[in-house]
Amino acid sequence: MRRLRLGSYAAVVVFAVPFLLPFYLLVRNALMTRRELGSLDWHWWPETVTFQGFADAFGNDAVPLAHALGNSTLISAISAPLATLLASMAGYGLARIPVAAARPVFFFIIATMMVPGAATFIPTFVVVGSMGGVNTLWGLIAPGLFSAFAVLLFRGFYLRFPRELEDAGRVDGLGYIGLYVRLALPNSGALFASLGILSFIEHWNAFLWPLVIGQDPEYWTVQVALSTNLNQQALNLPALFAGALVAILPLVVLFLVAQRWIVRGVLLTGVKG
Amino acid sequence: MTTTAGLARLRTGRWPAWRAFVLLTLPMVAGLFLFKYVAIGWGLLLSFNDARGTISLGSWNGLENYRRLLSDPAFTRSLVTILLFTLFIVPVTFALALGLAVLVNRLRRGRALFRTTFFVPAAVSYVVGALIWKMSLFNGTPSGVANSLAYLLGHEDAIGWVATVDPPLYWIVLVTVRLWLQTGFYMILFLAGIQQVPAQLYEAARVDGAHSEWTLFRHITWPMLRNTSVAVTLLLIINAFQAFDEFYNILASNLSGLGGADGRTPLIYLFQTALGEQNYGAGSAGAFVVTALIVAFTLLQGRFAGFGRTAEEEAR
Repeated sequence: MRRLRLGSYAAVVVFAVPFLLPFYLLVRNALMTRRELGSLDWHWWPETVTFQGFADAFGNDAVPLAHALGNSTLISAISAPLATLLASMAGYGLARIPVAAARPVFFFIIATMMVPGAATFIPTFVVVGSMGGVNTLWGLIAPGLFSAFAVLLFRGFYLRFPRELEDAGRVDGLGYIGLYVRLALPNSGALFASLGILSFIEHWNAFLWPLVIGQDPEYWTVQVALSTNLNQQALNLPALFAGALVAILPLVVLFLVAQRWIVRGVLLTGVKG
Repeated sequence: MTTTAGLARLRTGRWPAWRAFVLLTLPMVAGLFLFKYVAIGWGLLLSFNDARGTISLGSWNGLENYRRLLSDPAFTRSLVTILLFTLFIVPVTFALALGLAVLVNRLRRGRALFRTTFFVPAAVSYVVGALIWKMSLFNGTPSGVANSLAYLLGHEDAIGWVATVDPPLYWIVLVTVRLWLQTGFYMILFLAGIQQVPAQLYEAARVDGAHSEWTLFRHITWPMLRNTSVAVTLLLIINAFQAFDEFYNILASNLSGLGGADGRTPLIYLFQTALGEQNYGAGSAGAFVVTALIVAFTLLQGRFAGFGRTAEEEAR
């Protein structure tokens, strides 16, 4: 038994190394000088740690990194709570309001899950483009606000919501909207947080849609900016890595701080998906 | 009804059921209607049109877009590419995620630490993953990590990992970057599945004389993970089929930039068709071909895994 556990630890460490290696490379490369990173010899750590890469990354006028970070922050900070709220509202309506339309509306919503999102980016582009959404903030945000899957999860949650609590609310004179705003919504914090954080990560890391719809540098997200840097002819490598490091830092911190919620969200979306 | 009366009703909370229902569900229904139903309907009609440089209907050309698309070697090549990629990445990710979950689950101490280690790459975007892989791990210079390793193993010449088609070493780059980015996510799913297996099952099996770890895994853990396995495979296939980010960022300035079709996925092909050539008719047609393939694949996989039963279990 004891040997078995030692073997497990040895194996898990062997696997952990390649999982951590890219993070190490990202940090090491971001702190090197151009000359040292471009040299043909292997260096474990920069001879002289320099932050010139960060200065270069933010000082590049052709690729406005700071502005792109601002765009990504804005898009994710609007999208995540709004998308989650919209799903929660619809989920409550479908679960707790006894109207005849609930069933057809439910099927109308979940039928959209049949169609994979990324594969249909051209039809979505056609609609958003026809409404003048190319190179606009709303064009970047709007199509990502409506998740049938999140509705499904919220509906499931509100179906299990204790009826006694609602009855008590009704005695106090609350209608359906009041019950949702005063009772259901405040009591769905855990689900709200889990799905909201996942939505934030998804929007922050999204690439294809921002690439398609935000073509003007004014509307680049951080992923599009990094991709532009990566595919340039004349590369400033330390700046490239420094930019990438800045771009993943918020999410890595979020992962370490809020892992409990993220894991809950993953289990909800993964197992039922 | 006037606004004041509406506000008064909101305050006393006496909204009729249907009105509350509309208020709560309308934003979602309207959004899905516009961005899914209208988009897909419009795209479908557009796919029967000669729509070059325009997104309006009117120049109907029947199935011409589909015919031309399916007879374009670059498109069929991209379908082969994504099929091969899916056949590689799905089983490899599945096995690695399951293996890591079993391994992490056996640890007494440090379980959270290692779980985080394997899970945290899921926070990284595909763009950044591609950037590290292309520019540091698998760059073509002798100081690249992969080339340094190859040197230690006796291979003295620097290998241009993403710069050559023959041999197609760029596959290693593409598969490993996705492996790094997505394995942790699926490991979390397997880990949860493993932890839901009742401990009594293992105890009962031990009483019955099953002692080896492998026997316990084969006869208890694996069958109990059936639902998780089905879900994981489904998600893996759907995601693999829609691969775009890493192909675009690792190969854009190499293979596809040189005009080669080797590293082009269907979504990259469609991206070039719709945004490069502004051919929205052909682009829409391609979107429906890819969608049909994904749906067909998931149904096929569901048939294999007895999807009907899981649905039934969920309905209960």
